[in-house]
Amino acid sequence: MTTKVRKMAAITMESFIQVFLIIIAIFFIFPFIWMICTAVKPATEVLSWPPIIFPKRPTMANFLYVFKTAPFGRYYLNSIFVSGVSTLSILITSSLAGYVFAKIKFFSRDLMFYIILATAILPLQSYLVLFYMMIAKIGGIDTYWGLILPGMVMSFGIFFLRQNIYSIPDELIDAARIDGASELGIYIRIILPLSKSALAAIAIYAFTVKWGQLIWPLVVVSTKDKFTTELGLTAFQQRFVVQYGPISAAAVICTIPTLVVFIVFNKQIIRGLTLTGLKG
Amino acid sequence: MMKDSKISSLRRPRVAFALYVIIPIFAFFVIIRVFPILGTLFLGFFDWGLISPTKPFIGFKNYTALFNDSLFIIALRNTGVLAFLSVIITMAGAFGLALILNRKKTIFADIYKLIYFVPFVISWVPLSVIWKWMYDPSYGVLNYVVGLVGIPPQGWLVNPKLSLYSVIILIVWRSVGFNTILFSVGLKNIPSEYLEAGRIDGAESIALFRYITLPLLKPIILYILIMTSIINFGIFSPVYILTVGSQGAPGNAVRVLVYDIYENAFRYLHMGYAAAESTILLILVVFLTLIEFKLIKPEA
Repeated sequence: MTTKVRKMAAITMESFIQVFLIIIAIFFIFPFIWMICTAVKPATEVLSWPPIIFPKRPTMANFLYVFKTAPFGRYYLNSIFVSGVSTLSILITSSLAGYVFAKIKFFSRDLMFYIILATAILPLQSYLVLFYMMIAKIGGIDTYWGLILPGMVMSFGIFFLRQNIYSIPDELIDAARIDGASELGIYIRIILPLSKSALAAIAIYAFTVKWGQLIWPLVVVSTKDKFTTELGLTAFQQRFVVQYGPISAAAVICTIPTLVVFIVFNKQIIRGLTLTGLKG
Repeated sequence: MMKDSKISSLRRPRVAFALYVIIPIFAFFVIIRVFPILGTLFLGFFDWGLISPTKPFIGFKNYTALFNDSLFIIALRNTGVLAFLSVIITMAGAFGLALILNRKKTIFADIYKLIYFVPFVISWVPLSVIWKWMYDPSYGVLNYVVGLVGIPPQGWLVNPKLSLYSVIILIVWRSVGFNTILFSVGLKNIPSEYLEAGRIDGAESIALFRYITLPLLKPIILYILIMTSIINFGIFSPVYILTVGSQGAPGNAVRVLVYDIYENAFRYLHMGYAAAESTILLILVVFLTLIEFKLIKPEA
């Protein structure tokens, strides 16, 4: 009898928890549904009250309008190029510096490492003004390299790779040295292959962060053909203030690829974004 | 013996390699990080307009002017409120969800984690654009939803009393899922023998939580606390998107430090003044990090 009551109580409790979790899930997912549905609605359905969630007469007109008025394809290529170059540079510098900091002793090594690490707690926003003036001085305003330059290195990447390379056994490296491998050879043939998963995590992390940047592109770039998707969408929503149909379509264009990539590679992405935080 | 000397004779090219690699990388860090940080501290003492012909040294005048500048005071206050509430709510929410999702009994836990994580993968601009539309005072879906439970329509962004909280909701919404996963990884890493041993010794679940779970989670709590604080003190993108345009929040109600710095520097071209303001932000971030570190000392 009592076990039956207890069992009933447990089941009720579990269903409450499930209902709660589902409500939270709706809270997290609803804005995306709302965005996608708005994007395929004709103007009359967008501004209706009470709001219609699912479109009655779905249309692609908003998307056509977006592509006609703003070069989102171009923005895309710019974002991929800028984030891609930054990420590649971060992977190379982080693994090289990570190897050196983890495995080779030399004078002032730790001092250098701590200086690099200390800069990590200060976000670019806090020294943006001076950084802008520096880039302006060397002619980087409204150029691709000016856009990319601040994102070429990442203290956190160096820290993370150093932690990982640290655990590679010294004997392995020494054995390669005795066999006559050069330092560069050791880096390429031993360090890189053994840091694959750490590098993948940093790649995902760096690419996401660089892709999502707004303030630096906003101050450094002024001509439209160098806009990133973030900047393009910002300008678009400023121009079409309350035309939520086209604005939502533009937002969909900016999010759908990321959403699709996330649905396919969610395990790796979650690992990449969270592991980077937890290994330290 | 033989082997030892062979290794030491191999040390020289090793150090040469290290220096070849590290000097350019370190120099790059000094140029793009250390210089501008030190330069910011320095520039704050000058009356430096981007296009003015003279740029005189004026000592602490930028700072005295800042503390008499009502916009700066508003920005400072808003940043404090926004960062404090965002950090507290995000951490409490994420921790609570992680506790629920990490129970062995909770079914579909992995699917929930996945769904909660989605907002974090998407960047700030599109997310802010979506929320701006949901917050719309006349046709926004949020007013319809709150109407269902009898709350009258609100000017989520246009009402200066509400707009800062609307920004906070967006920030919390984006970051809770990510931190839920961080917490749940931390919870999973607690060896179950510890909890079992405690249970055998007759400890109540509250005591287990207080004396085993929490102390073991300290490093993760500290990490999340510091990261979310730094992020929220430097927050810009959602504030910027939610303020621009006629349907946006009134500039002053959600004005945060970085937004104010951005306006002073890139709209009014008062570089020296903006640098002084940046210096205050720099000092705030450093102090906050140190205080948080002192408060939660990780044993490890």
